[in-house]
Amino acid sequence: MAKVIVVTSGKGGVGKTTTSAAIATGLALRGFKTVIIDFDVGLRNVDLIMGCERRVVFDFINVINGDAKLHQALIKDKRVETLSILATSQTRDKDALTEEGVERIIAELAPLFDYIVCDSPAGIERGAHLAMYFADEAIVVANAEVSSVRDADRMIGLLTSKSRRAEQGQPMPQHLLLTRYDAERVERGEMLKVEDVQEILAVPLLGVVPECPSVLQASNVGMPVVLDDKSPAGKAYLDAVGRILGEETEIVIPRVARRGFIDRLLGRTA
Amino acid sequence: MEARRAGTVSNDSPLPFQIRGTSSTLLALKVIDPCDPAFFIHLANTLALAPGFYRNAPIILDLAAVARKNPVDLTIFCAQLRELTLTPVGIQGATADWERNALAAGLAVFPAGRSADPVSVHGRAAPLPRPSTARLVTEPVRSGQQVYAAESDLIVTAPVSRGAELLADGNIHVYGPLRGRALAGTNGDRSARIFCRHFDADLISIAGYYEVNEHMEPHLFGKPVQIRLDNERLIFEPL
Ligand SMILES: Nc1ncnc2c1ncn2[C@@H]1O[C@H](COP(=O)(O)OP(=O)(O)OP(=O)(O)O)[C@@H](O)[C@H]1O
Ligand SMILES: [Mg+2]
Repeated sequence: MAKVIVVTSGKGGVGKTTTSAAIATGLALRGFKTVIIDFDVGLRNVDLIMGCERRVVFDFINVINGDAKLHQALIKDKRVETLSILATSQTRDKDALTEEGVERIIAELAPLFDYIVCDSPAGIERGAHLAMYFADEAIVVANAEVSSVRDADRMIGLLTSKSRRAEQGQPMPQHLLLTRYDAERVERGEMLKVEDVQEILAVPLLGVVPECPSVLQASNVGMPVVLDDKSPAGKAYLDAVGRILGEETEIVIPRVARRGFIDRLLGRTA
Repeated sequence: MEARRAGTVSNDSPLPFQIRGTSSTLLALKVIDPCDPAFFIHLANTLALAPGFYRNAPIILDLAAVARKNPVDLTIFCAQLRELTLTPVGIQGATADWERNALAAGLAVFPAGRSADPVSVHGRAAPLPRPSTARLVTEPVRSGQQVYAAESDLIVTAPVSRGAELLADGNIHVYGPLRGRALAGTNGDRSARIFCRHFDADLISIAGYYEVNEHMEPHLFGKPVQIRLDNERLIFEPL
């Protein structure tokens, strides 16, 4: 039976969809049968980042409404064999999601996959609630700034009280993933330090993904960033995948590159 | 209209109701100047400190301070209270004039409070006996969450985030960082205190007297602190 992982944040634009795509692809690269579900109804995103927007015929909402069968809506990734995508509708809104419908489809997917990754919309409304309600585990994505950390905190509170596991009195494992981490801005005091965020949120850290242009480049060509082997962000995501699988690797916190004495003499850049 | 009278019915069938005595603690709103144009603005601000606590709370109007003044129209006054989600149920401490006005507004007349205890918008008619138990919270209290310890102390051994709210009728103890709001003595107990190991609260309140973060002394932030009420002043002391 699949493990359901929700990627959520409260605040918008912090990197949930980028993370969902990267983590799902990373799990699939390790050989796990993985499906990524787009819960951000009305703002189709996952299919764009996964580069399969032209292959969407039926979507999540069609399956919920019984207009299509699950196998008609599941899109197989062309690069990673074990990866599938369940895109969402661009023309509907979040009211198209029903708790009963989501539950039924997750139950239908569960025997077919090892991991179900749910890309949550921003906010704490219906879409975000249904994305996390059936989860077994949560990745809370935050940026190192006050409003994002506050929303993450709110989300963690909801995960520990309003998810199905919480309602059944079961623990809900949660991981904090700091994304878009800009060491220079942290150094200048414009962003919070990793330690500060950890101290406020008090959930285990899954990784720190640096702010890096390769993310936008990858998404522009419809490629999850973990498939770019030169991307520092992709590397950080692959390490995070290892930690989800229980590997205990040291978390690298991006630091400002210091130029050495010789470099400075020779005018080299780091 | 003809009044309904006690009639005769067969008395073998059981009564379709029971009348029993109960005792519940009610909040009292001591009305000092009901004609103050800012009355409801101040009240709304006070209620906003603990919205969950006051929502639909039954409340008695303590009219002792205005007993000798001309009555205001309690029907209108109560409608405004209901708009703030309070549920006025009766009056106390007033004269016959006020009482007629109250009955017309559908309010009960309660016997006057026992003493001239400081009863105000900040507190209940009579402080409850000192709570004997405590509510223990071991998980972090997150932004948007509220924990209320009714008639007892509240002990939190985990962090309390900004935007989280602790309420207790008794004392509040926080062993993780206290960054949210802490309101002790919410039933009007002025002897309630707040203790914390790492003080950085958004708001502190004891028996309705409050202070917001920006008026607190920055040198106390991050330190162990206790807060108590001395007359009408909150005293913040390093522990
Ligand atoms: N590590 C990173 N470095 C640079 N840019 C990034 C990084 N992570 C995400 N971005 C960019 O930030 C923007 C928002 O990312 P993304 O769409 O993943 O966020 P989201 O949380 O899913 O947003 P929404 O709340 O709208 O769903 C995108 O333009 C993305 O390319
Ligand atoms: Mg998104």
